[in-house]
Amino acid sequence: MIDKSFGDPNLKMQSINLSAWFGSKQVLKDINLNVKANAVTAIIGPSGCGKSTFIRCLNRMHELVPTAKMSGEVLLDNENIYDKAVDPVMVRRRVGMVFQKPNPFPTMSIYDNVAAGLKLIGAKKGKNLDEIVKRSLEHATLWEEVKDDLKKPGTSISGGQQQRLCIARAIALQPEVILMDEPCSALDPIATAKIERLVVELKRDYTVVIVTHNMQQASRVSDYTAFLYLGSLVEFGATRDIFENPKNPLTEKYITGEFG
Amino acid sequence: MQSHRWKTLNHPTSSKFFGTKIKVTGDFLFKNLVAIVAASALVILFITAYVLSTGSAPVVERFGSGFFFGTAWNPVEGREIFGAFPYVLGTLVTSGIALFIGVPLSLGIAIFLVEMAPKALRVPVGYLVELLAAVPSVIYGLWGLFVFRFWLLNYVEIPISTYFGWIPIFSGTPFGLDLFTAGCILAIMIIPTVASISKEVISAVPNSIREGAYSIGATKWEVIRHWVLSYGRSGIFGAVILGLGRAVGETMAVAMLIGNATGPAAMPTSLFKPGQTMASLIANGFLEATSKLEVSAYVGVGLILLLLSLMINVGAHFLVTRIFKVKGGIVE
Repeated sequence: MIDKSFGDPNLKMQSINLSAWFGSKQVLKDINLNVKANAVTAIIGPSGCGKSTFIRCLNRMHELVPTAKMSGEVLLDNENIYDKAVDPVMVRRRVGMVFQKPNPFPTMSIYDNVAAGLKLIGAKKGKNLDEIVKRSLEHATLWEEVKDDLKKPGTSISGGQQQRLCIARAIALQPEVILMDEPCSALDPIATAKIERLVVELKRDYTVVIVTHNMQQASRVSDYTAFLYLGSLVEFGATRDIFENPKNPLTEKYITGEFG
Repeated sequence: MQSHRWKTLNHPTSSKFFGTKIKVTGDFLFKNLVAIVAASALVILFITAYVLSTGSAPVVERFGSGFFFGTAWNPVEGREIFGAFPYVLGTLVTSGIALFIGVPLSLGIAIFLVEMAPKALRVPVGYLVELLAAVPSVIYGLWGLFVFRFWLLNYVEIPISTYFGWIPIFSGTPFGLDLFTAGCILAIMIIPTVASISKEVISAVPNSIREGAYSIGATKWEVIRHWVLSYGRSGIFGAVILGLGRAVGETMAVAMLIGNATGPAAMPTSLFKPGQTMASLIANGFLEATSKLEVSAYVGVGLILLLLSLMINVGAHFLVTRIFKVKGGIVE
């Protein structure tokens, strides 16, 4: 597993004094948060609290927005991913992402959607690639539904299936961390239940960080929960503690539905 | 029920103040006037096609398919012979050069403006590129004649001819007024069309696709090459076809730069020799045509040009309608 010579072996990622801006608007204020390995960490909070920006800082997607800025550090296995020597492309291969709206590549087949990331790093067509695609789709619990339609476009399947395809696409690269930005917000309850079951399974092999505006979902799938409000981290702890014994009155108000 | 009430309320009012009869007549007039104006576009196209067909009838009757495939062009009375083939080829070759040089430049401009340029540059530069379309073609011709052709001659044609003159398409002694120069000026002239439409197409590629590609570790170049261009390919193809339409029909600048060869000498065997396109042939020769048959020959070349342009534009229309589909979030 993780090299024990680096600090806490159970710590996969760490944000240190992480602040972020869009233009002159500050959306994250000094976030210090630890992400445990092989666990699901949920980020909850009302709309506009900076949840999405936070996880987009964890794989350097934030900087793709033209006016975006950030300061502070994000450690992945005790290495600052914002170090000048670090290539953001390498970070994104280690830290995969699933988006709010399913975004399979419409010009590619289901097969190619999963294989695209591997082809970028030089994988050639063949049995080996077929095997990885199959395993990734199986892992995303989609294989049985699409195994006969691998040549069809990635957008030809239902929304829930598309989201699982996006998960398979992320898994295919064998990342260490998977970030999920409200992965169920565009899906119906049945598709949501499937994704939630999948999230719990994924933590065996990966570290998962999931953003959700749905508190029940956070309590169902996560081991740790962070509550963000107006760009600040209000409370962070074991999910059970946050939901049963919130220390901060603001957290309590939020989880009891007084605002949101 | 609602409409019934309105009827009973409205009818007396309108007839009382305006008179039912006048109101109906006004609507009737307006409706038909607009219909006539709209129909005139169609009528003009049909009249053009009709005039070109009847006008070219004498030469087509006399030479048959030889008018299209023949290479000779002799207007001397009694020994007349007209063949349009060198000019059809000249049109295709110059347009081909225009696409070969102009499309990569245009795509580069479009990609830079959408994917890379800072916001402060994007709008002014995009506007300047579109302004290139406002420059009259005779200005391009003048600039080409007095400035650009010498650049091409000294820095492109002579070096290529020195080292690659053994390749047939680069043979001959270049002197600047030739198919290559005409093709290069056309390349510049199609840039505003191709670049601005490609820019729209690339802007219409949803950001979620770029993000998905970045999230699996694609570099900027890979995102553009494998995702953006692939998603926008039908729209970009439509842009290229529209550029081709402009290159095929462009007259003035080409007539000033192509060297105006006629007859078999106009066959485009080398890029570095004078040639002729259909449009430049008509512009250069039409006024001096004397015999009925010679006039008919020019009209016949015009007919071929019209048919080629129509084919290209119908193709473009078919493809450009797909851009709107892409904008709606659906691909192909």
